[in-house]
Amino acid sequence: MSAADLTAGATLKATRPPAPEAGFNHRSRARAVRNHVARVVMWASFAIAMVPLVWILWSVVTKGGALLLDSEWWTHSQRGITNRMVGGGAVHAIEGTLIEALATALMAVPVGVMTAIYLVEYGRGRLASVVSFTVDILTGIPSIVAALFIYAVWVTTFGFQRVGFAVCLALVLLMIPVIVRSTEEMLKLVPNDLREASYALGVPKWKTIAQVVVPTAFSGIVTGILLGLARIMGETAPLLILGPYTKDIATDLFGGLVPTLPTMINQDRTEVLQPAVDRVWGAAMTLILLILLLNIAGRLVSRLGAPKT
Amino acid sequence: MAKRIDVKDLNIFYGAFKAVEDITMTVEPRSVTAFIGPSGCGKSTLLRTFNRMHEVIAGATVEGSVHLDDADIYGANVDPVAVRRTVGMVFQRPNPFPTMTIGDNVAAGLRLNGVKDKKMLAEKVEASLRKANLWDEVKDRLKKPGAGLSGGQQQRLCIARAIAVEPQVLLMDEPCSALDPISTLAIEDLISELKSTYTIVIVTHNMQQAARVSDRTAFFNLAATGKPGRLIEMDDTQKMFSNPTQRTTEDYISGRFG
Repeated sequence: MSAADLTAGATLKATRPPAPEAGFNHRSRARAVRNHVARVVMWASFAIAMVPLVWILWSVVTKGGALLLDSEWWTHSQRGITNRMVGGGAVHAIEGTLIEALATALMAVPVGVMTAIYLVEYGRGRLASVVSFTVDILTGIPSIVAALFIYAVWVTTFGFQRVGFAVCLALVLLMIPVIVRSTEEMLKLVPNDLREASYALGVPKWKTIAQVVVPTAFSGIVTGILLGLARIMGETAPLLILGPYTKDIATDLFGGLVPTLPTMINQDRTEVLQPAVDRVWGAAMTLILLILLLNIAGRLVSRLGAPKT
Repeated sequence: MAKRIDVKDLNIFYGAFKAVEDITMTVEPRSVTAFIGPSGCGKSTLLRTFNRMHEVIAGATVEGSVHLDDADIYGANVDPVAVRRTVGMVFQRPNPFPTMTIGDNVAAGLRLNGVKDKKMLAEKVEASLRKANLWDEVKDRLKKPGAGLSGGQQQRLCIARAIAVEPQVLLMDEPCSALDPISTLAIEDLISELKSTYTIVIVTHNMQQAARVSDRTAFFNLAATGKPGRLIEMDDTQKMFSNPTQRTTEDYISGRFG
């Protein structure tokens, strides 16, 4: 093979290895082409994946962003506002969403974290495998099934009313597996050295877990919780089945009315009148913003809180 | 204050596998005893039975007896946690608690066992750090995290932490293997000072270290891979290294294997 064979435009000969004297600079043309093609495919896939993301963000920001700049949005509810009227705000929905999230967290976090501690620190044998398997199943439950289950128990069997608390119960079912898995990962990351150092000081196992292992894994656990929260704040099925919407502020979890951002969106989604449409997009923007803030908070906690190594 | 360790017919198992066989030995109080031997012969395993850390591994068991002075630590009603407060341990890799400051690290053993008196804690922290020859280097940064220290300093911090709970015996599992020669020297000097107060057992891969630091040496070996480790010879260090009785001991010490 001569130098001419290697220049652009030369046809590729059948696979014969280059002569040794060609040196290390030789690069087969076929490989260069494959490299280019692969690179193009990779960038194209990335672009395709980014398109819907950017499109969604663009739509939401342009259609709903303006309303968020209005201070009325953050201070007023939709009380008395009809679909024709401009004005009012989303404070009822924002408060509702936040209260739901808080109540859910208060129930799901202790159960989730304790389960993870059991699985990592104590679980050996059959019970641990069963628990782990059950958590895996719970991870995959569709939100509507969880909502239906709570409906069946809360409303049909016990005869209670549809209230915010019931929504929280369904959200708890969805949040627990997320917390268990992420806490488990964080606890496993704590080096065994530390546990041994603590045992060697004559510290009992439960204290070692409470005062050494969990504090070391703490920021990771908090991140997992925040990410779990971010996920359930957008879940709509339980709200549709168990949480009647209202335009008014309603903060009583047992009061029977549950204003939240997802249901605010759902309420007016078929409207054509501009003010209502704007508010729907505004609510969507608010929800995305809240979830984004939670995610950022999660990452900040993770980075700032990690033990300095 | 320091205790004597009497081991009689000790067999150590990981599940069904016998890792160490028929150990009978005595560790004298206020002395340094070194365990030497090739990798995998059970030195660390044996060491960990002295403070009941062996059973932390799932399925690990022990047959035979280990007495601290006259108390069998594997007796029926003995609380392993109590044993570990009497027998302290320093590990191969320094492992200060990352979420605690230097001062809190040293006080950890005391605090986690319920001691709350701040003044007493501060005094004990200072005393332990002085004993570990670390006080001068860290006295101005007790509130900083332990991770800012060098390897040798961290290991001395772990030693200070171990002695803060005032154990009777101090077990050291290759404490210098992760450290540079200067830090190693500092810790060896420390061991010579500590032996007047504690009974010290040190596992080491480094024979010269055993020769420098210990009063008595125990040599362990395996008959073959997969067989349990045994105690081949135990004697005064001077004699072990100049005139050992067993052929295998002499082979190991002169570097013919290991």
